Amino acid sequence: MRLDVLPILSTLRRHRLTATLLVLQIALTCAIVSNAIFLIGDRLGWMTTPTGVAEDRLMRIVVSDIGRRGDIHARAQADLAELRGLPGVEAATIGNSLPFSGTTWNSDVSRSPVQGAPATAVTLYYGEGLAELLGSRLVAGRFFRSDEYAWLDDHLQGKAPGPTVTLITRDLATRLFGDGDPLGRTLYMHGDVLRVVGVLERLPGAAGFTRDRANDSIVLPWRMVPASGGGYIVRAREGETQKALVDAVKALKRLDPRRVIVSARTYPAIRARFFADDRATAVTLAAVSIALLVITALGIVGLASFWVGQRRRQIGIRRALGASRKDILRYFQTENFLLASMGIGLGMVLAYGINIVLMREYELPGLPLVYLPVGAAILWALGQAAVLAPALRAASVPPVVATRG
Amino acid sequence: MFGYYLELALHSFRRSRALTALMIVAVALGIGASMTTLTVLHVLSGDPLPGRSGSVFLPRLDPRDRDGYDPYAALPSQVTWTDGVDLLHARRAARQALMVGGATAVQSDEREVDPYLVTARYTTGDFFPMFGVPFRFGAGWSAADDDGHARVAVIAASLNDRLFHGRNSVGRTLHVDGADLRIVGVLEPWRAVPHFYDLATGEYAGAEEVFVPLFTARELKLKRNGGIECWGQGRTDDDRIESSTCVWLQFWVQLDDAAAVASYRAFLDGYAHEQVALGRFTRPSASDLTNVRRYLDERQVVPGDVRLQVWIALGFFVVCLVNTVGLMLAKFMRGAGELGVRRALGASRRSVFTQLVVEATLIGVAGGVGGLLFALLGLALVRLQSTAAAQLAHLDGTMLAATFAASIVATALAGVVPAWRACRVPAALQLKSQ
Repeated sequence: MRLDVLPILSTLRRHRLTATLLVLQIALTCAIVSNAIFLIGDRLGWMTTPTGVAEDRLMRIVVSDIGRRGDIHARAQADLAELRGLPGVEAATIGNSLPFSGTTWNSDVSRSPVQGAPATAVTLYYGEGLAELLGSRLVAGRFFRSDEYAWLDDHLQGKAPGPTVTLITRDLATRLFGDGDPLGRTLYMHGDVLRVVGVLERLPGAAGFTRDRANDSIVLPWRMVPASGGGYIVRAREGETQKALVDAVKALKRLDPRRVIVSARTYPAIRARFFADDRATAVTLAAVSIALLVITALGIVGLASFWVGQRRRQIGIRRALGASRKDILRYFQTENFLLASMGIGLGMVLAYGINIVLMREYELPGLPLVYLPVGAAILWALGQAAVLAPALRAASVPPVVATRG
Repeated sequence: MFGYYLELALHSFRRSRALTALMIVAVALGIGASMTTLTVLHVLSGDPLPGRSGSVFLPRLDPRDRDGYDPYAALPSQVTWTDGVDLLHARRAARQALMVGGATAVQSDEREVDPYLVTARYTTGDFFPMFGVPFRFGAGWSAADDDGHARVAVIAASLNDRLFHGRNSVGRTLHVDGADLRIVGVLEPWRAVPHFYDLATGEYAGAEEVFVPLFTARELKLKRNGGIECWGQGRTDDDRIESSTCVWLQFWVQLDDAAAVASYRAFLDGYAHEQVALGRFTRPSASDLTNVRRYLDERQVVPGDVRLQVWIALGFFVVCLVNTVGLMLAKFMRGAGELGVRRALGASRRSVFTQLVVEATLIGVAGGVGGLLFALLGLALVRLQSTAAAQLAHLDGTMLAATFAASIVATALAGVVPAWRACRVPAALQLKSQ
């Protein structure tokens, strides 16, 4: 294949400003699009963080009971018995939190009882049988026994002692105990001494501190009442989530018509709210990238058409001197390829620069090098696609044009 | 002369419709994207208390135990009950308010409406004058009402509309979670953006719908909401939270001049030292007085994503402009022959240049109109999402004017290089090549 690079370069030198502008535009597009694709991937990765729970079948209903009448424990048990009796409901409990639900309960745990010893921040999960209900997978040890549970409100009022057992996630186990067996080890939490009885595969926190520490959670054997942050957490039977939610709300209203339903949402809706900002950013980035590519493509079409119009006579002369249509076509394609390559070269440097700024300002990871060839390939393809129509028009200029004008 | 330039510009647009449309669309998209993201940034990073935020301060202490002590970490932004009440009763600032958020069921004295849950703020009376909250009917309550646990309430316009059909409800009774409160004031629609005085209940939360004196609310055991940080034996049980080692109340003061700030700082520092001496505070004495703006910066309230989106949109706009410069250059050069004729017939280089810049500016005007439409569309899309900005994203007069100005200035500047280039070509050369 014969590439007429030199004549192209000498032509471009005569259109230095226009060529420079096109190169600049391709460079900026390449830089922004590579970073945008990287950021979108980063957000999608975060948004699809696995929770290890039966997401499609879970829901949470938060109520506010007006006035305080009767035995709160008995009422909570009665509510739960009613919920568990519903046909679409597989399990129900009262719990404090769900992964990525926003309202977070935190504390810190330490491997040493000494005050001021290094501590690790953790998300706390409370609720009778909560881990089992959520469907969190146990990788070692056991879940809590029913005699290990106590009422949280009793404890807060000093009527029940603190917990003595805990479930922790595998990530947290590794962070705290390295490769050692976490079962039977002891954790200290503000005066409470906790023995690890089980290890969960994963259970991300409600707010997920940072991404690499999303799974730093522990479960404590508390029975909760539907007050002070506790909500009904229900697992529906397969395919009956929506119906179970409606039925559960009706049942709770029926038991106490004066209670106010603060929120009743399926887990996918809860999770979607948590990631709303990330989704908005990903959508904005995608929209801007597409618009950017379209504008750049149209810019290439515009400039190439202008050049073809300007060079009609020269093209005619080349055709008259024996150049084939294919030669003319290839000429414009090569020209575009050269311009795109220059733009991509500059764009990669720019992309890297933008990434360094982003890393500093937004604590983002570095741009993996694989994104650079992706950006380059997109722009090469875009350039070739955009130049095709003007180049075909150039190729169709008849040799007879040379003899006119 | 200007009319003639306009005519020439329109003539030139008609001759190359596709190219002109392409330039206008590029400018409009760039402007639209930039204005959408800038508007979102503008509303999210606005001043929550216009004209007042410089004189409203957050006094901060460090009552925690020595666990996890880090002398460089920020001090808690909330106070314990003991410290809050002490500082409140010291009355060392022009105004001071101790508060906490909550949620409560309300019902009007017309019992036909079912009770429903609204957000509440339990606060002392200076909340309203300190934050400049406007009243539609009635007024707030006094310090005496606070100390006397008065059974009063102030309600928001939205709650008044819902419970009392917008009529003056001052003197009427509000049933709040089983207790009866007398309504003393109805607010005009008001909200602080961001919700600076209690970020834990939502950084961009709307204003609360019912306001109850703090001591009254505690006596009635109204439901509390918000952030709480405990240490040592502190427990979050609401019934004994007053004596717990937990910070859970927000305390704000108004200090009108530098002397007042200095004197309050000295007072706060003295208070902290005193508590250390008493053994109540176990960490080294620390106190701080943070104003609203600094506090919002410290807590990084404006989402980083919003800034990121602005940068991306501005980058997009730059590409659109570069694109427009390139296309304009092509367009002007294509019309070079005509320019040559005009030059040969006696038009000065300056007048040719002016005419070309007018042509560029005209594209800017059209791009501005298009950009405005794209910005409106963009903001409508933002409102569809469930992000913090969703309810706030509206185009205001300032942004509207800025949209047009930016579009016209940017395109006029983009036209300068191509115009200069086109009018520099010698007239004779262009005529010859015809």
